[in-house]
Amino acid sequence: MRGSFIVNGVVREWEFPEDMRLLDLLRREGYAEVKCGCREGMCGSCCVLLEEKIVNSCQILAATVMERDIRTVEALSEGEEPHPLITAFAEAGAVQCGFCTPGMVLAAYCLLKENPDPSEEEIKRALDGNYCRCTGYVKIIDAVQRGGRKMREKEVRE
Amino acid sequence: MKEFRQVGRSVTKTDAQGLALGRAKFTDDLLEGDELFCRILESPHAHAEILSFDASQAEALPGVVAVFHAGNVPRILYTSAGQGNPEPSPYDMVLFDNRVRFVGDRVALVVAETEDIAREACAKIQVEYKELPANFRAERARHPDTPKLHGDEAFMPIEELTYRPEENVASEVLLTIGDPDKAFEESDFVVEHTYSVHYASHAALEPHTAHARLDPQGRLVIHTSTQVPFHARRITAKVLDIPVGKIRVVKPRVGGGFGGKQEVLLEPLVGLATWRTKRPCRLTLSRKEVFTSARTRHPMRVRLKTGFLKDGTIKAMDMENLMTSGAYGPHAMTVLTVSAWKCLPLYNKVEHLRFTGHTVYTNTPVGGAYRGYGATQSHFATNQQLDIVARTCGVDLLELAKSLHIKEGETSPVFEALGEGKGGVTQILNSCKLSECIDRGAQAIGWYEKRDKKLREGDWVRGVGMAICMQGTGLPKIDLGSATMKMNEDGSFNLLVGATDIGTGSDTILAQIAAEVLGIDSEDIIVTSSDTDVTPFDVGAYASSTTYVSGGAVKRCAEAVRQQIAQAAGEILDVPQDELIFGECGEIRHPGKGKTVTFAQVAQYTLYGGTLRQIGATESFTGEVSPPPFTAQFADISVDCRTGRIKVHHLVTAIDCGQAINPTLAEGQVEGAVLNALGYALYEEYRFDEKGRVTNASFWDYKVPGPEDTPKITTILVDSYEKTGPYGAKSVSEVPMNGPGPAIANALFDAAGVRIFHLPLTPEKVLGALTKEKRGTPS
Repeated sequence: MRGSFIVNGVVREWEFPEDMRLLDLLRREGYAEVKCGCREGMCGSCCVLLEEKIVNSCQILAATVMERDIRTVEALSEGEEPHPLITAFAEAGAVQCGFCTPGMVLAAYCLLKENPDPSEEEIKRALDGNYCRCTGYVKIIDAVQRGGRKMREKEVRE
Repeated sequence: MKEFRQVGRSVTKTDAQGLALGRAKFTDDLLEGDELFCRILESPHAHAEILSFDASQAEALPGVVAVFHAGNVPRILYTSAGQGNPEPSPYDMVLFDNRVRFVGDRVALVVAETEDIAREACAKIQVEYKELPANFRAERARHPDTPKLHGDEAFMPIEELTYRPEENVASEVLLTIGDPDKAFEESDFVVEHTYSVHYASHAALEPHTAHARLDPQGRLVIHTSTQVPFHARRITAKVLDIPVGKIRVVKPRVGGGFGGKQEVLLEPLVGLATWRTKRPCRLTLSRKEVFTSARTRHPMRVRLKTGFLKDGTIKAMDMENLMTSGAYGPHAMTVLTVSAWKCLPLYNKVEHLRFTGHTVYTNTPVGGAYRGYGATQSHFATNQQLDIVARTCGVDLLELAKSLHIKEGETSPVFEALGEGKGGVTQILNSCKLSECIDRGAQAIGWYEKRDKKLREGDWVRGVGMAICMQGTGLPKIDLGSATMKMNEDGSFNLLVGATDIGTGSDTILAQIAAEVLGIDSEDIIVTSSDTDVTPFDVGAYASSTTYVSGGAVKRCAEAVRQQIAQAAGEILDVPQDELIFGECGEIRHPGKGKTVTFAQVAQYTLYGGTLRQIGATESFTGEVSPPPFTAQFADISVDCRTGRIKVHHLVTAIDCGQAINPTLAEGQVEGAVLNALGYALYEEYRFDEKGRVTNASFWDYKVPGPEDTPKITTILVDSYEKTGPYGAKSVSEVPMNGPGPAIANALFDAAGVRIFHLPLTPEKVLGALTKEKRGTPS
């Protein structure tokens, strides 16, 4: 079948099988930042934002999200400067293998938009759909707090 | 503390931003879209002979390009263990066999235009199996009536190693020091318990994956998610019977390994498919296949007998380890050996030791390397036993531990007696800050405020426990790391290493080591790692070797480069080179004449203006010793006496890893290992049905700790300096895997007075033990 998708603000027209998952379509079209860790809807590596909500793209049929706003981690950064949350993850040592990171960053972004200064418990709850096997989450939680601070500071400046 | 400029700084990981943006490429991100899809047909039986194999219907399916199986692929015996050459693991597998030995064993490989066609073709292959009796229990493996898994042709490539497939014995390791039997007789107390630890999955988030294509010269280029690119090249060449020089293995970013990718699983398959079809081919395991058909932690039964005096002095230890190899024997000897030599030297005051180790074949999933590598299994037993000794004698556990552990300037006969295939090496410890780890960890957990207090809150009762552990740092006289450096026009450097960054940050810390030697910023070191066509040889990321072994090579290499820079600078400034001082930011000074020259000017001089030559070097390093890192690990837990559930409040790790090259990255290694160990201690386990099938091969049913399962984790890097390591470094990433399990088990006893000898500590087991305890029967 054929349909149009709005990915990172750009309208794309694609031919795809009707049973294709959004994850596979995005990866086929070069959105390599969307990772496939389990295809079971558990690990969160394939997370994207669907109209501002975090979803596992492996659990969504592409055909069901045509014409809707889909964003990957690439959409967070504007221009050359990486998003403050990206910088925070790097600086905090929250990126080890990095396979979970794009999904984790999106989950953190969703939280911080609603709750700019979350507690540790709130962060753990918000990120619970995203597995990381490398970090023990300690530095990820630190990164989300740092990222929150950076985003608040940036907002004040603007 | 030594003074450093680059070492000891928490430099941001070189690839962190690229990874967070999703732009750094993993193996599957490098697919070009023209690859054929491979799919493995797996055995549904735990043990069976293949009577007939008919792929004609599959081959007739449009879009099927090839089907590989025992009938059309030569039988070449090998091991999938990515180890040195020859591997100290039995050659007991072929790519495709006429017999299957566990559910998930490989029967055939289908190559097709699409994934769907490959799947459909697998379903159309007709295989007639004759089921054979299967054995799922290690305890039964050596019994004469138990079916044998491997016949006449399997062999151990290193002849001195014991291998008795006729008894299902994949490895045997025996060691006696002193006279343990006499020492037991002379002991005031003798305690004997049987412990067991179980199957687990590494659960790296990136599944095993590889793809291959022929380059314009007809060479086989394999991109793969591996910890061992050079071993992958060698083993693939052997199995496919093509020269090593015809194969290039490239490791892109790797999405976690933990030992699971120290295995050459997919490279020979995509290699075979591409070599025979001449077309690019890809293969990625599903999560289910990763669980069932890749590698696991070896289950182990540890029977430990300890003889000790009334004051807690341990006179004798007798450890008998029975390890489940599963259907094949990768790492069968080495994991078993490590269960002794990376555990027992900790107790070097114990004069009388016996170790009896057997690894046995069973019709179950295949064990392999897994962070901790046998040491995890043994430390679970020794640390509960130590707690029992302290409690039996009524002595302070911490003081007992401090008095008996190995110290600086001391050795253990176990170091000399055991090694990975070549025998051990004598070593006297240069660094051991374990006593300080015990003190600082105890303070962080609030030991004396909580120990033996059984603080209650409703149904919950609280306790603390400790474990002391060691590991090694590389395999002495076996592991080789090497590095190549060259200088660029602007005074930056390319650093080419075979060392394999699998997310650990080794690219970053190796750059820091080189930068420290040259007195420049680590950002001026451009690291390329693990491309067998480009980078020099390295055994890869395993055995806690990278920082020490590969780091040692990088340090030597940078020193050689520095020497060449000094020579050129001396020529430029017309001064003797040994009077030059390397300042910061690539400036070289002659203090007497007040003259300076920059790295960029040296590069200009050597590349264009003066004595023309490329400044560069290649150096290698192999350890003469394997200095152990040490941890004291503490758990603060509560147990719900009504349900048996354990809640972990706080896990503390105080670690002596030598000088941390990058403290933030070192902490990250500890934190990841600690949470992995928590999952293993409490809930991660394989479940099987009566046919030997794994019944929970998915993230839905095999629980991996998520953010909400994470307790407070504290890491204390204790000041330490190992003089044989690069800038004082030892290893860090494996040793913290060993302690949380026994620390939690000891805390459970502290809280509730019940001891559980078999991991994981599930609510069912805890509740069962509590119920027995209440009834007054021994657990």
